[in-house]
Amino acid sequence: MAKKKKATKKKVAKKKVTKKKVAKTTKKKATKKKATKKKATKKKDGLFDSLLELIRQTSTVLPDDIQKVVLEALHREEKNTTAEYAMNIIKANIELAEKKSQPICQDTGTILFYVNHPEGFKQNEFTKVVHKAVKKATALGYLRQNSVDSLTGKNECMNVGPGHPDIHFHEHKKKHIEVKLMLKGGGCENVGAQYKLPDVGLDAGRDLDGVRKVILDAVVKAQGKGCGPGVLGVAIGGDRGAGYVKSKEMLLRKLDDTNSHPDLKKLEENIVETSNKFGIGPMGFGGKTTLLGCKVGVLNRLPASFFVSISYMCWAYRRQGITLGNNNIIKKWLY
Amino acid sequence: MKKINYPFKREEIRDLRVGDMVLISGKMYTGRDAVHKRLHEGTKPPIDLNEQIIYHCGPVVLKDKKGKYEVKAAGPTTSIREEPYQWEVMRDYGIVGVIGKGGMGPKTLEGCQKYGCVYFHAIGGAAQVLAEKIKSVDNVYWEDLGSPEAIWELTVEDFPVVVTMDSHGGSLHAKVQESSENIFKENL
Ligand code: SF4
Repeated sequence: MAKKKKATKKKVAKKKVTKKKVAKTTKKKATKKKATKKKATKKKDGLFDSLLELIRQTSTVLPDDIQKVVLEALHREEKNTTAEYAMNIIKANIELAEKKSQPICQDTGTILFYVNHPEGFKQNEFTKVVHKAVKKATALGYLRQNSVDSLTGKNECMNVGPGHPDIHFHEHKKKHIEVKLMLKGGGCENVGAQYKLPDVGLDAGRDLDGVRKVILDAVVKAQGKGCGPGVLGVAIGGDRGAGYVKSKEMLLRKLDDTNSHPDLKKLEENIVETSNKFGIGPMGFGGKTTLLGCKVGVLNRLPASFFVSISYMCWAYRRQGITLGNNNIIKKWLY
Repeated sequence: MKKINYPFKREEIRDLRVGDMVLISGKMYTGRDAVHKRLHEGTKPPIDLNEQIIYHCGPVVLKDKKGKYEVKAAGPTTSIREEPYQWEVMRDYGIVGVIGKGGMGPKTLEGCQKYGCVYFHAIGGAAQVLAEKIKSVDNVYWEDLGSPEAIWELTVEDFPVVVTMDSHGGSLHAKVQESSENIFKENL
């Protein structure tokens, strides 16, 4: 199944390339040679098409690592229970969205871009193309009109406004550009939480056991409200802002990776195992799978503060990534 | 698996219990924040809601070339926002079912018991599966509230839900909350 999907992706990319070639030839016929040449080289940039395709894929197809754990969760639930019923509908929905190339969930969420780029990269120009692609994707229905002016309540900006989309740039040592995209729905964002250790009520101290306790507390408080079964991204440390940013970055990790820090690896496993004993289950109906995964990262902190920031991702875990090759055409899919 | 078909009857709603998996066929009306607020402020509903079902949903509806409405996505929205108003709609207009996600609180549960209504939990995020179950869009009311907030009259077939609050005081949400909190405490 995985292979097939990749093949389709390639096909789509190829189609786009062919389209462009046709456009080029027609133009050549219409205008003088020299002028066309210039235009053709300029026009060659495939960034807009690549970003639009990235948005389409992210909104309509769940990546393999996530589909795999969703299926595992389905098989784990007992037959003829409400939990199995919910997981079956989730599975059918994932398949249908892919087939129809329509959004998996109608809440297409906060649009989070993570861009790793080489030295000398022009962030402002890139941002402009991102905005164009987001508007187009909204017009095409891959994204819902989902960005509201916080003061007037108006929703007219086609997902481009202050803070939307949310683009994070990082310079890396590699030569190519890597773009990751995550669509994070409102229901699951609402059950995220930030704790300050020590937490007296939970008897949680300033150590890993304290961290464990507050994460579990967040799972119990979330119940099924974040459209569980979900995945947690957690950041230990940082200030309040950096902590939440890092917790979302943890959701960019592959679900089947292993944390290189042995204590954090243990913590991640412990959280998933313990949460699944809670019996909250899919949608909070009760059942064996409450969490599909937990990813924990660390930032330094001030001696005076100890934050634990938790982002909850729903089962509709939409994230994808690409590396760009020549002329910004999609070279590789990352998930 | 249980089935309920339109026209819905209060007695059959009284038969439903927490944990029942139900397929609903027939009519339902969407209604979310703005509709509930307007009803609460005293405006009469444009349709007779007696023995009807309200769906907490802001659907994406498009008009096709012939002017026919088509539902593109129709997943449930979070219900708890209607907690202050829902029981009044049961008392004043006689609804027998509420569909949404995330469950509702004690006021609604009491309303369900008193007036004979249940809370059906749809699968959050399953926009495509649920949209397929909507066979037609029959009418729209209060369109001035904006498309997602308007009352859409829908005909559905085998619309899948789970009863999580029944008319006998049972709430799956309260139960799961309590048992999970207990296990959590044991693991502290
Ligand atoms: S929490 Fe996720 S699955 Fe649920 S409605 Fe929001 S985006 Fe969709």
